[in-house]
Amino acid sequence: MRLNLTVNGRPHQADEVWEGESLLHALRERLGLPGSKNACEQGECGSCTVYLDDVPVCSCMVAAGQAQGRAVRTVEGLADGERLDPVQQSFVDAGAVQCGFCTPGLLVQAHDLIERNPEPTDAEIRESLAGNLCRCTGYEKIMDAVRLAAQRKAVS
Amino acid sequence: MNAHGNAPSRTPQDLSESITGGVGESPSRPDGNLKVRGDYAYSSDLWAEDMLWGATLRSPHPYARITGIDIARALAYPGVYAVLTHEDVPGDNRYGLKITDQPVLAEDVVRFRGEAVALVAADHPETARRALELIAVDYEVLEPVTDPKRAAHDETLPKLHPDSGRENNLVRYQPIVRGRQDVTAEVVVSGTYTLGMQDQAFLGPESGLAIPAEDGGVELFLATQDLHSDRKQTARALGLPPDKVRMTMSGVGGAFGGREDLSIQVHVCMLAMHTGKPVKMVYNREESFYGHVHRHPAEMHFEHGATRDGDLVYVKARMYFDGGAYASKTPVVVGNATTLGTGPYEVPNVDIAGWGVYTNNPPCGAMRGLGAVQPAFAYEAQMDKLARALDMDPVELRQRNAVAQGSVLHTGQQLDYPAPVGELLERARKLPMPPERDPAAEPDIRDLPGGAANTTHGEDIARGVGYAAIIKNVSYAEGADDYSTARVSLQAVGGEAVAMVHTAAAEVGQGLVTVQQQIARTELGVERVNIHPNDTSVGEAGSSSASRQTYVTGGAVKAACEAVRETLFDRAAAALGHTPPDLAVVDGKLVSESHGVLADVVDVLGDGVIECTREYHHRPTYPLDPETGQSELVHVQHAFSVHRAVVDVDTQLGLVKVVALDCVQDVGKAVNPDAIVGQIQGGATQGMGLAVMEEIQVSDGLIRNPSFTDYLIPTILDTPPMKVDIIERGDPHAPYGVRGVGEPPTISAGPAVLAAIRAATGIDLTHAPAGPEHITGTAH
Repeated sequence: MRLNLTVNGRPHQADEVWEGESLLHALRERLGLPGSKNACEQGECGSCTVYLDDVPVCSCMVAAGQAQGRAVRTVEGLADGERLDPVQQSFVDAGAVQCGFCTPGLLVQAHDLIERNPEPTDAEIRESLAGNLCRCTGYEKIMDAVRLAAQRKAVS
Repeated sequence: MNAHGNAPSRTPQDLSESITGGVGESPSRPDGNLKVRGDYAYSSDLWAEDMLWGATLRSPHPYARITGIDIARALAYPGVYAVLTHEDVPGDNRYGLKITDQPVLAEDVVRFRGEAVALVAADHPETARRALELIAVDYEVLEPVTDPKRAAHDETLPKLHPDSGRENNLVRYQPIVRGRQDVTAEVVVSGTYTLGMQDQAFLGPESGLAIPAEDGGVELFLATQDLHSDRKQTARALGLPPDKVRMTMSGVGGAFGGREDLSIQVHVCMLAMHTGKPVKMVYNREESFYGHVHRHPAEMHFEHGATRDGDLVYVKARMYFDGGAYASKTPVVVGNATTLGTGPYEVPNVDIAGWGVYTNNPPCGAMRGLGAVQPAFAYEAQMDKLARALDMDPVELRQRNAVAQGSVLHTGQQLDYPAPVGELLERARKLPMPPERDPAAEPDIRDLPGGAANTTHGEDIARGVGYAAIIKNVSYAEGADDYSTARVSLQAVGGEAVAMVHTAAAEVGQGLVTVQQQIARTELGVERVNIHPNDTSVGEAGSSSASRQTYVTGGAVKAACEAVRETLFDRAAAALGHTPPDLAVVDGKLVSESHGVLADVVDVLGDGVIECTREYHHRPTYPLDPETGQSELVHVQHAFSVHRAVVDVDTQLGLVKVVALDCVQDVGKAVNPDAIVGQIQGGATQGMGLAVMEEIQVSDGLIRNPSFTDYLIPTILDTPPMKVDIIERGDPHAPYGVRGVGEPPTISAGPAVLAAIRAATGIDLTHAPAGPEHITGTAH
């Protein structure tokens, strides 16, 4: 089938998409956007999290065809050109990135949290990020990064 | 020491003054920007024009004879370019890290469920998957060997590797005896402890892209822990000289030991060379559980004898490690477990033995804390049991028996470097406690065991505190020539001196790239340091494992930088006509205390490049005597950490909330304090996972939970705040005094959590992970 969708503000088209393909597969293998990650492909780890019409979803659990005509925003669409989004910059500055494989999904999820709740408590951060597995950091520096990002967004 | 936040804890003696981002500072990762943009190319992100997708057919049986393979239907399926079996393996159909015993593709026998049997290359991953279903393999199913103890001793069981040259299904047996063997003690405690099989659960799946080369060789872009080890094994299986197999590191999505053994390497190269096209292979999560080795499950019998005053008199231990179908790192697990099995304690009389065996269970090999994790659960449970029997404070008992510099271990090795175990314990005891729960206040259920499942509002909750102290060896041991290689160049680019560091040492997330930059900045006095991609065009670095890379590759980078610096000084002296004393490079300038600034580095360099390659070998280690386990120096270095865990337990339901998991660790020299805190917190979380939730359920040789739905790793809700207190007691034998960091916290966290649950419940937990059935005493 032919797939038409908007990704990071730009229209994209892909042909010969197999009906069983996930949005994640289409993004990574057909649209040249491998930033969203394929860690479990069963909706457990959150590494593939993207915005679908402003709602974070596990893109591995969304059929590519379900994104027809809709707007997707991936980790590649968070920065404003050269300028990182405060969430991205905070992950770098707080040392919240080790191997980095969980990072794209966490960034989208944390970005959404701060959009909805600009001053999250620690309990709210943990609850919001509970669907994103990280195997490297033990989450402490991720907590630091999200707190820092919220502070930075508040003053910007 | 601080609770959490950006500034890690430091001891005050060690704040070195140097150029920004040198040794002892905490510069950001050079790959951080790429990673947060989604632009960092992991091995599963690779793509090539006209590439095919590879897939692997795996055995559904833990033990079976293959009587026939029919690939005709798969080969005829539209979109399929190749279907390969063991007959297509061009070279030697055997590989292995320590013992070459594993087929690239099974021949007449499969020895575990998940063993690779055939390969497909097709134009779409789904085409490849469907073609796998069309391969007909005839199996004669056999009764699997699944009991490791019987595998060690029962002569009536089938020998899974009849040519091993060892009795029964033994991979390695190692005893260690020291002191008197007929000794008795006033107070004796004993116990049998078991550990489940843990998965590394790195998030980046096994993957790679192979591209056939015009010279008949192959280029492989992949994620691994050791490029040269992979190349050696792959070239042998492909029947190619090593220089025809060129490997380049792609982004690695975590490793933790699970990328030491081969997975996709030979398979994807075979498909590329057979089809003449680029081939990409990516495991999905279920296949990943079958495609890499796990942590060895263990059964351990321990007996400790002590005086009434609490001095250890003897330790007797018998440990069994299930290596599964192939040897992998089993020999090293046995070596580490027996040499570290008394813990960080002085014991005058020791009788320890370890068996590593073949079974038809999933193969087990390297995972963070290799061979030291298992006995730590046992000896630390024993120390608490002994403290109870003596009515003594468990920290005091540990301090009383703790090793120190000068102590002689049961292998006969004397610790000729700091071993501040008593100090670590004292600092752990003094760390601030998390606030007590206020029984009068309405609790936030998210802070309670069971969390949002809303299983308690504070009733039946008991709090417990537990400690664990551990010992781990650093680097390769038992006589291995452990070394790494670094190539460092220095040249002027755009009016600035720029260094380039080139090694094959795998960046797996731990931050080795940052450390290499820091060392080069410190040694060369320049700000800009580029890291060349890891590949096999430079000498060996060994594996990113055994907490060794900052020590060994750090040592190589330091040595190469020193050689570059000497060359620079020689050129400067030639230009100046004399050799000033006490030359140094500071902020891109050559200076001497007596003469002041002599020249800019860029002027000395001119248009030239200074490039030096150096190997760093740590001092030699020696094998264990096969009968007594004695060795002059079996390990080049030991590392120590102490964890204190605080838990709340729902005693009715057996649910656990870890409230705090605080660590004190000696790191010798904190090259990058922030990154070390990250290693300790991440390592501790893996140890906590093993203590309370992580277990690959294996029955009849079959994995019952090969997914992240059923194999649980800690989420951010399961993981508590973790204070980290770093101390720096330098090892005089190591570059900068560094001590390996990555593994110790994984080892000490788990036993501390179990100790805390025992303290909260009074239940004598003997299995890790401790599930609700154990904690409520209802397990069968």
